[in-house]
Amino acid sequence: MPPETPLLALEGLTVDFDAGGRVARAVDGVDLAVGRGDAVGLVGESGSGKSVTWLAALGLLPSRARVAGRARLDGEDLVAAPRRRLEAIRGRRIAMIFQDPASSLNPVHRIGRQVEEAIRLHRGADDGAARAEAMRLLDQVGIADPRRRLDDYPHQLSGGMNQRVMIAIALAGRPDLLIADEPTTALDATIQAQILRLLGDLRRATGMAMVLISHDLGVVSENVDRVCVMYAGRVVEEAPADALFAQPRHPYTQGLLAALPSLTGPRQRLAAIPGTVPEPWNLPAGCSFAPRCPAAAAECLRTRTPGLALTPEHAVTCTRVLALRGSVWDRRQVAA
Amino acid sequence: MSDRPPALALLAADGLTRHYRVRRPGAMFGRRDLLRAVDGVSFAIRPGQTLGLVGESGCGKSTTAKLVLGLAPATAGTVSFDGAPLPAIGTAAWRDLRRRMQMVFQDPLGALDRRLAVGWQIMEPLLIHRLAGPRDARERARAVMASVGLQPHHFDRYPHELSGGQRQRVVLARALITEPRLLVCDEPISALDVSIQAQVVNLLLDLQEKLGVSYLFISHDLKVVRQVSHDVAVMYLGRVVEQGEADALFRDPVHPYTRALVAAIPSPALGGERRRERIVLSGDPPNPIAVPAGCAFHPRCPWAVADCKAATPALRPMPDGRLVACHRAEATPESRAA
Repeated sequence: MPPETPLLALEGLTVDFDAGGRVARAVDGVDLAVGRGDAVGLVGESGSGKSVTWLAALGLLPSRARVAGRARLDGEDLVAAPRRRLEAIRGRRIAMIFQDPASSLNPVHRIGRQVEEAIRLHRGADDGAARAEAMRLLDQVGIADPRRRLDDYPHQLSGGMNQRVMIAIALAGRPDLLIADEPTTALDATIQAQILRLLGDLRRATGMAMVLISHDLGVVSENVDRVCVMYAGRVVEEAPADALFAQPRHPYTQGLLAALPSLTGPRQRLAAIPGTVPEPWNLPAGCSFAPRCPAAAAECLRTRTPGLALTPEHAVTCTRVLALRGSVWDRRQVAA
Repeated sequence: MSDRPPALALLAADGLTRHYRVRRPGAMFGRRDLLRAVDGVSFAIRPGQTLGLVGESGCGKSTTAKLVLGLAPATAGTVSFDGAPLPAIGTAAWRDLRRRMQMVFQDPLGALDRRLAVGWQIMEPLLIHRLAGPRDARERARAVMASVGLQPHHFDRYPHELSGGQRQRVVLARALITEPRLLVCDEPISALDVSIQAQVVNLLLDLQEKLGVSYLFISHDLKVVRQVSHDVAVMYLGRVVEQGEADALFRDPVHPYTRALVAAIPSPALGGERRRERIVLSGDPPNPIAVPAGCAFHPRCPWAVADCKAATPALRPMPDGRLVACHRAEATPESRAA
């Protein structure tokens, strides 16, 4: 295999849901590559398709979802792969953690049993080895006194501790890629900071790649190298994190940043993006952001925008991008 | 503690306390522990101003909101509204006052009746408080809907037909229709998307300017709290640990817990925004049943000394007028990164 093959490549991934007679397009032709050891952030509002994209790639969607396009893991297409093959990949090559650890853990089994189960499943270890490995993993995710914690039930642990247990379970298969779907959204601020630091430390220690899905631009900006912004099922901007936050080019990305209040400096009225996200069964014909975009031209409403590479690493789907200077939400520009 | 709230305050809480007796898990003979949900909280909100209440889950901010509205009885302490003590819960005087103090919750869908058109839900408080007849109520509902940015045709819609942002506008309209002087907002925008949050934050500020309504604004999102608040109180395990003017408090937090909260906000490095200090606290917030002796924050505090374990620090004024409950407020390292 040539060395430049990415670990995971999504190519034109599309997901349609049959919603009672009408077709809802949740993911609309997503192209995205994750290299070995990469940390990629995926931001977007609810309904942007950021979670569905990965559920589709891993074959975790219900049967009424129709998935098209490809998701290649080391070149092998997962969309076309049979279920048994996917089962061998999920958890072992690609692991996933979710927002609410308490509902992902089984409340009637002890922590140790759940971690050991994952170790036995993915690594075929015997009981003694699994116990030792479970203790090592709990220690690795920063749980103090792991020997005692193995006998605890999830309800005896805090939300932050339970998320650490989920991360330990995800690490059990020594995955090449960890998909973290809003891993800290249900946690308090000081605990969120702990978990994000832990994920960064683990990534550096193990060399695994990570996809961090979040609605929070701040969370993404501090924890990944590259960011994809999704809107209405499409990636509208992709760039290295520094470039994206220093110089966002898509009006939607600019709007997301302008809508965030700041903790310092003068208080300014927030630039709220007007309107709402389009319904997935009623996507606009042209650019899906055009109806809410202050810079939209007639062509934006009519024709779908192709991706435009501003630099080899910075791509944006906006036909007006070259005509725009600065943020479209800057009041001076809107007034002009 | 003052014996009278300042004459200017619309709402004043003085030594507000709420303790619960809770059964200790697995304890024999029904032994009960004391959970100090709110433990001596004092603040004042002036007319047309906003007090932001921040802290992590379990710090007592939502219980404080209930105490303020008289939805839960206080174990100790007083609440006064417009200079008069809050009447006893359930009395006619309390019900009458309730239309002057309304509440907005986090989840608009949970706060609305799914089987009733939203227009009816907006006019309902007028009918309940007998403030208007049906015809007049409908007219006033349309007026208040316009003021929160809803269209007349939304009147006959059901909650599920509206977006999250529109639903929160409905909840706001219903709270505002009785012309309250105080809105208690408990995480009013946490369930909304970023772009919609900004719409609702702007709306809250516009309404305050137009109507002169006061807000008690509860949120875990410090940036949003700073955007809407004149003053801020930071709570930790039932007590206020720092309280003061919003801009100063967030620009230069003094209490180690406030500093950790501010440091924990992940923030896109926007043009020139200075990299803030990084404090990652170890450990979880302690169980509110077993609050550590002395300063409740000392087990997680990087600057704790022996004193902090021995004596509970009282809120005391700093030179700039803010209140801080920390023995070491003057001794902790300079917080501003040079």
